[in-house]
Amino acid sequence: MASVTFDHASRLYPGSTRPAVDQLNLETADGEFLVLVGPSGCGKSTSLRMLAGLEEVNSGNIFIGERNVTDVPPKDRDIAMVFQNYALYPHMTVAENMGFALKIAGINKDERASRVLEAAKLLDLEPYLGRKPKALSGGQRQRVAMGRAIVRQPQVFLMDEPLSNLDAKLRVQTRTQIASLVRRLGVTTVYVTHDQTEALTMGDRIAVLKDGLLQQVGTPRDLYEKPANIFVAGFIGSPAMNLFVAEVVDGGVQFGTSVIPVERELLSSVNAKTVTIGVRPEDIVVSSAFGEGLPVDIDLIEELGADGYLYGHADISGKRTDLVTRVDGRVHPNAGEKVYLTAKPGHLHLFNNESGERIGNKPVVTA
Amino acid sequence: MPSLIALVVGAVALPAVTILIVAAAEWVISHLRPKAQRRVRPWVWLSLACIMIAVTLIYPIVVSLGLSLRGADGSAWAGFTNFIWAFGTEMRPILLNNLLWLIVFPVGVTAVAVLMAVLLNKVRYEKVARVILILPTAVSFTAAAVTWRQMYTYAPAGRTQLGVFNAVLQAFGIEPVAWLARPAGADQWMNNLSLIMVAVWASLGIALLIITAAVKAVPQELNEAARLDGASEWGVFLHVTLPTIWPSVLTVITTQIMFALKIFDIVYIMTNGNNGTDVVANKLYNEVFRNPTNLGHAAAIAVLLLVAAIPVLWLNLRNMRKEGLT
Repeated sequence: MASVTFDHASRLYPGSTRPAVDQLNLETADGEFLVLVGPSGCGKSTSLRMLAGLEEVNSGNIFIGERNVTDVPPKDRDIAMVFQNYALYPHMTVAENMGFALKIAGINKDERASRVLEAAKLLDLEPYLGRKPKALSGGQRQRVAMGRAIVRQPQVFLMDEPLSNLDAKLRVQTRTQIASLVRRLGVTTVYVTHDQTEALTMGDRIAVLKDGLLQQVGTPRDLYEKPANIFVAGFIGSPAMNLFVAEVVDGGVQFGTSVIPVERELLSSVNAKTVTIGVRPEDIVVSSAFGEGLPVDIDLIEELGADGYLYGHADISGKRTDLVTRVDGRVHPNAGEKVYLTAKPGHLHLFNNESGERIGNKPVVTA
Repeated sequence: MPSLIALVVGAVALPAVTILIVAAAEWVISHLRPKAQRRVRPWVWLSLACIMIAVTLIYPIVVSLGLSLRGADGSAWAGFTNFIWAFGTEMRPILLNNLLWLIVFPVGVTAVAVLMAVLLNKVRYEKVARVILILPTAVSFTAAAVTWRQMYTYAPAGRTQLGVFNAVLQAFGIEPVAWLARPAGADQWMNNLSLIMVAVWASLGIALLIITAAVKAVPQELNEAARLDGASEWGVFLHVTLPTIWPSVLTVITTQIMFALKIFDIVYIMTNGNNGTDVVANKLYNEVFRNPTNLGHAAAIAVLLLVAAIPVLWLNLRNMRKEGLT
């Protein structure tokens, strides 16, 4: 087991002008579960493949433990990877697939068999050891891919969207299984996903990437309560945070007809007439007094049992802006109606309009 | 006048009869229930092909079987004497030559094609290199044989060498080699290898094409997974690439075995079986068209070739079935 360090690591694909991964600095502690998340094309998979040695590092360095592996071929890095489509060897049985790395390493047959069996037990794969991948279900293949990684007892696990080929229910189930299994084994893990829910539920820490640039690294809670910029604010959380430009007034920001109070200290660090505010759906309420707050036309109410979500739009300084807010799942206004929304005081995230950077360093804790 | 009749029969009557048969059959089919129509129609069209095959293949096979049991002129009953002759002292070296072809040629073509396909997949100017390697496929075997005979041309040491190979050897001060003309005997296998070399050269392109398609179809992640599992490039080839492309390799091997069984043109043109290079198909040709003609011998050889092809065909079909193609 070992830590993993990206030190100004960059990858520029031939024929491209913009690096796919740009000066990435990232550290993963020994035994930590780090999730790389971001939209497609953000460079998360490329970063993982650089760590695996499958992608060239054009500048900077990558370390596994103390060892600089930048120019070490994949076979000598002592890492195991779970691929999105599992990449199981089709001509080998489950047992052979799982034992392949050990066979290559020259480990004798008996030990190989016992280690494969041990991993198979861990993953409920015992009855399938003699089968070929073709005869397995998607979930079973996924487990074989996990098993193949576990048997290795590598220094680092790399996982490239390992759940995206599973159906929704199985994905949620497998998500917790992987997270607990990896924690139990205590192996450093770098996990790539485009799904922010997966990132929030699995990771010890999350690194958010966009356009090859690292946006923020932190615990799931950090990212949720203190997003470093507009991108992270909008990316983490589901439904996404409401983000729109608001006017700065004395004592707070304008929110429709009402003013949401903002701490003097925070407000004083805004050097512009307007600011981008972010409010999570759970921090917006339908105001009890009609005419007070932001007038919103309701487009849709999404009932999810206990909770519901109100989707509507408002006219904010001449621009149609879509808004989401959490409402009670049973008692709520209906689509087509007009309501006034107001934000809970102290639950606003403030961002600089120009740079998109967060203003103030205080986390916004949802009650 | 006979040629005019042939023209009329071939170009007008045959197509006309075919169209008439199909039209009549379609008319009958149109009166059937839709479900029956769907079942019957393919057979009507297939039957045309089946009849053609029967006329051009099955009938000759039956005739050959009959001839193989008769004497030199095809009339007197001869029992199995032709087959006894076919394994006798006259034929034995010829059979051995074919055996050499059967082993060296398919293995040579396939091994080189696999090697080239895998290496081509790793180089930058892959397309250019592949075109160059596949180009010989465009040359007919006859033309290749004629050209290579020139390239193999031998003159005694010190004389002007017209053959490319010997010219090069002599330029480096090495004794010229009689590529095709070593006297029959201990060294005759070298003559055979020279011939096989030509066949490998001419067949490599198509084999390379098939194997390249298979190599390209190996998912990149499989190679990556193997590399991460600690495999060297050789290990990746051995444990991942080769098993994955194996069905294609088998197809290439079996096709080339069939080709080696009936190899004729290269031998006929380059040596006509002299200097210990005769092969079964060339012998068959000579039994039919050279004095003394012996139709019984020729037919026996033809039957043997057919029988030898059956296990290879079976292997090929089984491979296709495994791949879900049949």
